[in-house]
Amino acid sequence: MDLNTITEVRDARRAGPWRPGDAWLGGGTYLFSEPQPHLRRLVDLSRMGWQPLTLLPDGALEIAATCTIAELSRHGRKTAAPAAGLVEQCCRAFLASFKIWHTATVGGNLCNALPAGPMISLTAALDADCLLRAQDGALRRVAAADFVTGAGRTVLAEGELLRSVTVPARALASRTAFRQASIYGLGRSAALVIGALDPVDGSLAVTVTAATVRPVRLWFPLPPDAAGLRRALAAETCEADWFDDIHGLPEWRRHMAFRYAEEVRRELTEAPAQGRKGGSR
Amino acid sequence: MSFAIEVNGRAHGEEPRAGQCLRTYLRERGWFGVKKGCDAGDCGACTVHVDGRPVHSCVYPAVRAEGRAVTTVEGLCGSGGGPQGAAVGELHPVQQRFLDAQGFQCGFCTAGFLMTTAALEAERGTEDDDGKLADLPRAFKGNICRCTGYRAIEDAVRGVRHTERPAAGAAVGRKVGAPAGPLVVTGAARYTFDVEVPGLLHMKLLRSPHPHARITAVDTSAALRVPGVVAVLTHEDAPDRLYSSARHEHPGEDPDDTRVLDSVVRFVGQRVAAVVAQSEAAAEEGCRRIEVAYEQLPHVTDSEEAMRPGAPALHGDKGAAERIPRPEANVAGEVHGEVGDVAAGFAEADVVHEETFQTQRVQHASLETHGCVAWFEPGESGGERLTVRSSSQTPFLTRRALCALFDLPEEDVRVVAGRVGGGFGGKQEMLTEDIVTLAALRLRRPVKLEFTRAEQFHGTTTRHPFKVTVKAGARADGTLTALQMRVVSNTGAYGNHGPGVMFHSVGESFAVYRAPHKKVDAYAVYTNCVPAGAFRGYGLGQVVFALESVMDELARRLGLDPLVIRERNAIRPGDHMVSPVGEEEEDLHLASYGLDQCMAVVRRALAEDVSAAGAPEGWLVGQGSAIAMIATAPPGGHYADARVSLLPDGSYDVAVGTAEFGNGTTTVHQQLTAQALATTEDRVVIRQSDTDVVRHDTGAFGSAGTVVAGKAVHIAAGALAERLRTYAARYTGVARHLCVLGAEAVDCAGRTVTLKELYEAARANGDAEETAAEGHWGGTPRSVAFNAQWFRLAVDPDTGEIRILRSVHSADAGVVMNPMQCRGQVEGGVAQALGATLFENVRVDERGEVTTAAFRRYRLPQYADVPRTEVHFTETHDPLGPLGAKSMSESPFNPVAPAFANALRDATGIRFTELPVTRDRVWRAMARAAGTLPVDGLLGDPEE
Repeated sequence: MDLNTITEVRDARRAGPWRPGDAWLGGGTYLFSEPQPHLRRLVDLSRMGWQPLTLLPDGALEIAATCTIAELSRHGRKTAAPAAGLVEQCCRAFLASFKIWHTATVGGNLCNALPAGPMISLTAALDADCLLRAQDGALRRVAAADFVTGAGRTVLAEGELLRSVTVPARALASRTAFRQASIYGLGRSAALVIGALDPVDGSLAVTVTAATVRPVRLWFPLPPDAAGLRRALAAETCEADWFDDIHGLPEWRRHMAFRYAEEVRRELTEAPAQGRKGGSR
Repeated sequence: MSFAIEVNGRAHGEEPRAGQCLRTYLRERGWFGVKKGCDAGDCGACTVHVDGRPVHSCVYPAVRAEGRAVTTVEGLCGSGGGPQGAAVGELHPVQQRFLDAQGFQCGFCTAGFLMTTAALEAERGTEDDDGKLADLPRAFKGNICRCTGYRAIEDAVRGVRHTERPAAGAAVGRKVGAPAGPLVVTGAARYTFDVEVPGLLHMKLLRSPHPHARITAVDTSAALRVPGVVAVLTHEDAPDRLYSSARHEHPGEDPDDTRVLDSVVRFVGQRVAAVVAQSEAAAEEGCRRIEVAYEQLPHVTDSEEAMRPGAPALHGDKGAAERIPRPEANVAGEVHGEVGDVAAGFAEADVVHEETFQTQRVQHASLETHGCVAWFEPGESGGERLTVRSSSQTPFLTRRALCALFDLPEEDVRVVAGRVGGGFGGKQEMLTEDIVTLAALRLRRPVKLEFTRAEQFHGTTTRHPFKVTVKAGARADGTLTALQMRVVSNTGAYGNHGPGVMFHSVGESFAVYRAPHKKVDAYAVYTNCVPAGAFRGYGLGQVVFALESVMDELARRLGLDPLVIRERNAIRPGDHMVSPVGEEEEDLHLASYGLDQCMAVVRRALAEDVSAAGAPEGWLVGQGSAIAMIATAPPGGHYADARVSLLPDGSYDVAVGTAEFGNGTTTVHQQLTAQALATTEDRVVIRQSDTDVVRHDTGAFGSAGTVVAGKAVHIAAGALAERLRTYAARYTGVARHLCVLGAEAVDCAGRTVTLKELYEAARANGDAEETAAEGHWGGTPRSVAFNAQWFRLAVDPDTGEIRILRSVHSADAGVVMNPMQCRGQVEGGVAQALGATLFENVRVDERGEVTTAAFRRYRLPQYADVPRTEVHFTETHDPLGPLGAKSMSESPFNPVAPAFANALRDATGIRFTELPVTRDRVWRAMARAAGTLPVDGLLGDPEE
């Protein structure tokens, strides 16, 4: 929709002070989807020229904040890394159409911080970290699982920019399992659980998103048994963590999270790996 | 800095506004094929290609299109279509396929589906190709169609052809394509806002933040200082007159409780003031600058609470004069009646079952939002005449209301609807025309008001939420002894359609079952919520959900087949329709009867069904059905005038008042005319939904498009056929019975008189009136139509996920005028009802404020949600309808929810009494029943 209070689109390449009423413009698919009467200026990241996807010398994958979902999806489909399939699964977990993928960005999805944001699920599950740049140029790194602190809340300070997300090589090499639940057909995630089994040391990470207001990442030096996993998830979550909105009752989300956590545990630890394709049609 | 983009091969250089999206940039340049459905990226109606890639132009910053090539539906054919659309005959293959399959109804979403499908086809073999074309549920995640139920769209994508071109005089009963089809698929069909009006001003509304408040002061000075703001209207500018936004032939059917702008606001979202400005941006800014002082008043949102003593009376200042029966108790309408003695009936019963049901608020969600454009044009008497172009189902009734409200003579007002982008009852209201007319009259300038999607939720209407308690008694053999219902509908802050919906809800629902004793107590209740209004089914669906659930439960308790208990008690030919409402509806008849055939379809489906084998392991499987009856037209008169005229070239012009919003009545009118005049449908042009074209038409509601307006057209066309034969006989001197009308000419005992020649002769001889005829129908007497729905479901007990294994619908539409279109109506009705069954829910908070004001929060059925439904038509012939036809637009909705709930009951053992039955609720109910989840709402122990 037209954002009629916007008076200027500023090219982010040109330096200038951050002002109240400024907002970073990534793909624009969220900003333009709701009235933003508090905004006056959009700081446009589209001309930054950041390489969307960079394979670092250590095998890690750096994803620019401006990388579109379509670019990430193409990369996932072309890559042979064991975790590549998870990339596509997370892209498809978007409520949004593939048409939105052409403009929506990975960074935008993270910064929007919706519990159902599938790029949050992906990067939190794969132990990625986020590179943030403050207005004064100061850089800091935050684990993707800690970047989102609540529904719609992140660690970003006013004017701070998410520059990139880096997925370590070890995570890309891990075996993954994915489960998603929605109360609709191909709808918004109400629970999304990803398991990642480290090929080197055999550790298991189980990450719950969508069902909770923030990512909940459980890490086990060795895969736990069913009861151990349940205990750990119960210990890491309190009642207020289970997201309560129109897209699913909190008790159902929690039930689905526990169920799927156990399913991914079993899929990754019990051979042969014959998992269901997911809870959603 | 110079800006340049290319749209469909044409260069545009105007700089966009900083915060402008591509959608409005394109529309402002006349590319009206780009539609606004949601304006939020959810519905896909605005899909265009940017450098070949499909995007939702409503969330695409216009500045980013710089230097790029944009293709809209107008340019899809690749031959440089202009804003007026591509010429027919040079269609893109996808356009042709949507035309052949008629993959649309109202057509408002069609450009989006076309552009998406074309992009998917172009994507094949490229790096973007990930198999979407083979996986349409995923491919169409971002495309919403509210009308079709998606089967027709699937057929279009897959290249299935349905339309046919019947021979002259043989159009009825054939799959004739909609006459607007070529315009729809090229983006050239003109909807409400697809017009350029020079000097147009834009209106935006300031809405109430409070559920109930008195406006004590309004300061508009800051708003008036905003550059571009032309006027600010408040309650002090509005006529001190009460009316109803509901449109009915008789305004007395609805309470007069509404003002254009009121000094008291009664729901969050009610309009408080209007700002008119040179741009939408200035009007929005003006709204933000208005300062309003409110004195907040107590509010009530629950309908039962609202009736209790001490509750705030929303319309306590009104009464009998405004036709509000008990304003002090917030009762906007009520009916109490008893036939026989239900107490005695229940005493005779072997089993009595009583249960209370609750239905939710549902939005019509027509993809075209409400709105209108008003301007002045020279009138016949020399002065100026106001023209209001509106997204309306009732142009004539809206003109009547505007004239009454503003003391205007009817000849000074013209109300016209373009092609309307969906209605479903939501546009049987005057929700924008009143305030736009106020502004236009004040300013003597053209004014437009186009609702946003959020305003559709906050400021239009919903389906009435109902609480229905059914008590039914039966003997051991299933014979009903008594039937009693208590119905409470929440009509919201205003009573538009409240009494009517309440009355209708307990009419045919009671009458479909014979029981010696029947009793009803029904109330339509004011609350401080967004008003409810007319919605497909008009109250019946809510009560049918409850009643058919109880009939199913009764059968279970008696160990009977639910079909048997229905057959034992259902109304039969020769029976009177008895409802305890009291007013015997004298003009309602069982003029034809298809219920037995509808039930037989369900029996056959059940007998041969093997779909249970498709259920995943461990899932519970169940089946269930429900029936519904509906009158074929609204009570109390529904009028239509039609005029059919021979044109100089031997084709025909039909003028009829009813509106086209995807219901397909235009096609049916064309077919009826072609049939009566022994011509082909391409020789019939329809002019419609314009107060200038005929004397009157009550409107396109109450399923009246075929049986009322169609009947008027059929009468007119039949009369013209007779007139032309008579005139040909006179002209040739051949006996009239030897003159046979054909598509091109009248055969007068071997002498061929072309229609052209006949027309010229009539003109030359001053007999022009012999080449036209009029028809009128008063909508009475009326018949009834029946529907039955059957589902087999599988339910995952551990997740609540439900799969529809099979869906069968039988429809008693009388003689089916157009099987393709009628099938589409049924499929669309079933899909819309599935949305209301499975997840659609307009939620309001404790202040009555809508919290689901966007499609991403209010889920509409998408491609992935809707199963294919097998549609069967009965073989019935209704003597009252045109050529034996009955209505079939609202009624397919009604049996869906109870059939689903009955199947769910069969599968799970749990009776779901509240809609919608989302997966989480289904799981919760099952977990509670199994004792694995405490009932008190706490989360319980995950260590279970």
